[in-house]
Amino acid sequence: MREERSDMSEDEDGGGGVEQKERWGPSHGGGGGGCGSAKSRGGVWTDPPPPFSDQVLENVLENVLQFLVCRRDRNAASLVCRSWYRAEAQTRGELFIGNCYAVSPRRATDRFRRVRSVVLKGKPRFADFSLVPLGWGAHFSPWASAMATAYPWLERICLKRMSIADYDLSLLAFSFPFFKDLTLICCDGFGTLGLAVIAEKCRHLRVLDLIEAYLEEEEEDEVVDWVSKFPQTTTSLETLGFDCVVSTVNFEALEALVARSPALRQLRVNHHVTVDQLFRLMVRAPQLTHLGTGSFGHPAALALQGDVMEHDADLVSAFAASKSIVSLSGFRDVASQYLPAIYPVCANLTTLNCSFAEITADELKPVIHHCHNLQKFWVLDTVRDEGLQAVAATCKDLRELRVFPLNATEDSEGFVSDVGLAAISQGCRRLRSILYFCQQMTNKAVITMSKNCQELVVFRLCIMGRHLPDHLTKEPMDEGFGAIVMNCKKLTRLAVSGLLTDKAFGYIGKYGKSIRTLSVAFAGDSDVGLRYVLEGCPKLQKLEIRDSPFGDPALLSGIHQYYNMRFLWMNSCKLSIRGCNDVAQRLPRLIVEVIRDRPEADDETVEKLYMYRSLAGPRNDAPPFVMIL
Amino acid sequence: MSSGLRMEETELRLGLPGGGGGGGGGGGEVESGKNSGKRGFVEIVDLKLQLQTPVGVQEAAAEAAEKVKRSPNDDSIVSCGSDPEKPSPPKAQVVGWPPVRSFRKNILSVHSEKGRKEEGEKSSSLAALVKVSMDGAPYLRKVDLKTHRSYQELFVALQKMFDSFTTGDYGSQGMSGRDFMNERKVKDLLHGSEYVPTYEDKDGDWMLVGDVPWEMFVASCKRLSIMKGSEAIGLAPRAMEKCKNKC
Repeated sequence: MREERSDMSEDEDGGGGVEQKERWGPSHGGGGGGCGSAKSRGGVWTDPPPPFSDQVLENVLENVLQFLVCRRDRNAASLVCRSWYRAEAQTRGELFIGNCYAVSPRRATDRFRRVRSVVLKGKPRFADFSLVPLGWGAHFSPWASAMATAYPWLERICLKRMSIADYDLSLLAFSFPFFKDLTLICCDGFGTLGLAVIAEKCRHLRVLDLIEAYLEEEEEDEVVDWVSKFPQTTTSLETLGFDCVVSTVNFEALEALVARSPALRQLRVNHHVTVDQLFRLMVRAPQLTHLGTGSFGHPAALALQGDVMEHDADLVSAFAASKSIVSLSGFRDVASQYLPAIYPVCANLTTLNCSFAEITADELKPVIHHCHNLQKFWVLDTVRDEGLQAVAATCKDLRELRVFPLNATEDSEGFVSDVGLAAISQGCRRLRSILYFCQQMTNKAVITMSKNCQELVVFRLCIMGRHLPDHLTKEPMDEGFGAIVMNCKKLTRLAVSGLLTDKAFGYIGKYGKSIRTLSVAFAGDSDVGLRYVLEGCPKLQKLEIRDSPFGDPALLSGIHQYYNMRFLWMNSCKLSIRGCNDVAQRLPRLIVEVIRDRPEADDETVEKLYMYRSLAGPRNDAPPFVMIL
Repeated sequence: MSSGLRMEETELRLGLPGGGGGGGGGGGEVESGKNSGKRGFVEIVDLKLQLQTPVGVQEAAAEAAEKVKRSPNDDSIVSCGSDPEKPSPPKAQVVGWPPVRSFRKNILSVHSEKGRKEEGEKSSSLAALVKVSMDGAPYLRKVDLKTHRSYQELFVALQKMFDSFTTGDYGSQGMSGRDFMNERKVKDLLHGSEYVPTYEDKDGDWMLVGDVPWEMFVASCKRLSIMKGSEAIGLAPRAMEKCKNKC
């Protein structure tokens, strides 16, 4: 990648006289040619240095800055002086836009001219939980258009929570001849037609990864056979993930595609692919490292009882032959008789996601028993505390655990509890990230985790029943969360739940000095709670709050902080138009959106507030239910 | 669009089963078709609604009224502790809580519907999101049928959703917070307007909303369309037939 970039700049320097002038500024004349050759040899001069020392400096800078990859470092470098700003802008290869409305596409493409990779994020996270009405925004189109002209050498696009039309995908496919990687996370608006155009036109495609995308509903006759559209010759595909695609794919075409894609390492198929079909794919691609197993069952399992044994043996041998597999997911319709087939790869697994499979502790134990190297484990709570105890006993290297609820309702019977959490904390000392849904929790277990798992960076505990206290002591969960922020010095992301008073927020404000993302729901007593956080957490970037009694005074107490944050989301709190207007007036570069998707009985209350800093001013694509103050 | 809500004309623009009914007597506008001959059908629909869910509607209204008392917002309920007077049946589900993505919820509830025995209480985690289109509205909306327990609630939600397009019609009457729970008023609004709620069922047929029991409707409704009365002419006969077959 680095070699390519300097090649590119070599070409540009050779012919780009105009560009050079712009770069050096009006006080400097030409001097383009000399700089070009000096630069292209990776910083070693072959010509005598040109007269203008600034030009030399910028050349040197550009060469050095190419090694800076981390965007925070780059941001810091760009602030040193104008010369560094320019040099950095010329050498930034990956453009990361955390909020697509924070800057206009034009402004971004004007500043960063040689971008090869773009990461763009749209809707606030609470959109995942139906709190942001359809049609709110985060449209990819304006970005697609801007990039189509500005970045002809674009290779990689990663979008999260954006609305993408088939037309946009088409534009991508036709505008970027070197396009290689497309990753779409939680995006919507497009369908199989868009996928087909990408498959057909992007001849150098390496990655097509759809992660929890919501494709448009299509009638049977509208579904396009996109898998058949890939080039018929050997492809350069390395990653193909379509486990979230709801429509069936042409299996013969898929099998043929896999057969002619020797570079394929990651394949995640959707639930229409049965276990027989999976077997066939595995045979074609024994070099896979990441496998999404699709249904891992049969639609008519009962009818095929007789054949089951045969398949079992085949399947085991297929797994045995796949010596490179380190990650497994899928298991959408898992018939537990097939689960043992994965034993041969368990010892190598670093990631196992069986969070769509309703397996019991007894079904999990024999599998997890082999997974000594597991680092990332996503599972359903059906395995119960007992299953988690088994995990704790074997997976000593576990870094990330997510326990999802089978029944995601607040009065469902919880299958895991404080017992499971405590067990995990005992066994998995290297844990960095946890997401845990339960109905019963105790402060004691959370405190235990805070002491045992000092590496925790992400702690997200969701006690599903609202306002539930410690189920043994009946006290609020303040002490537990307090211990987490106190003891886990590396914590940057926290999600709280259960019965919480302002005291909990006091702890967060006092000890949560590294916290960047905080999610709050049904918590706190008064404005004081939110004030603690806004005044106490200097690194806060993303704050999302729902159904908590925080009002205008609390909102105003964060005025000093909002320009440092990416966004603030609050719904169903105690905000009023007056308070929000106040903030909007005091902070001109803050976009204050009041979302009114239900006509309020009273015009004063603000039901949903979304605030974010922006250089672009109020957006012009806001739907009628969004009021920008 | 008609300029106001005229209760006296019961402006449901539908023909009686079998044709144009009273015919184009009076003002020749086919669109608005104000015909007294059409009253008959309206009464039938009204009657059906009342017959099928008389108790349900009242209960729903009462419960909803309770909700209104507690919080100004029926979308997300803020309560600290449960009300001791009310014996608690399952709490009204709050939108987006617990925070599990609908992607996951949908997959898991398909599982539970497939293989498991039917429990007394239907799995409430499957969202029944259907598109709602309305004649004249520039964009579609989606409504989750599972969040409502009766036609009553659905109509209220639809009215609120499309309020901005129909303020011309309802402005004079207005709907204050108290009023919208008034069952009669809501039905009148919808039946008294020139808009008719229809839906497409699993067989692909367009039906009038309100003919079948609520649960059956939720199970079979694929999408909703609030049509102008003139377009809904001719639905009635099919509606009658289907009901005969299903009920």
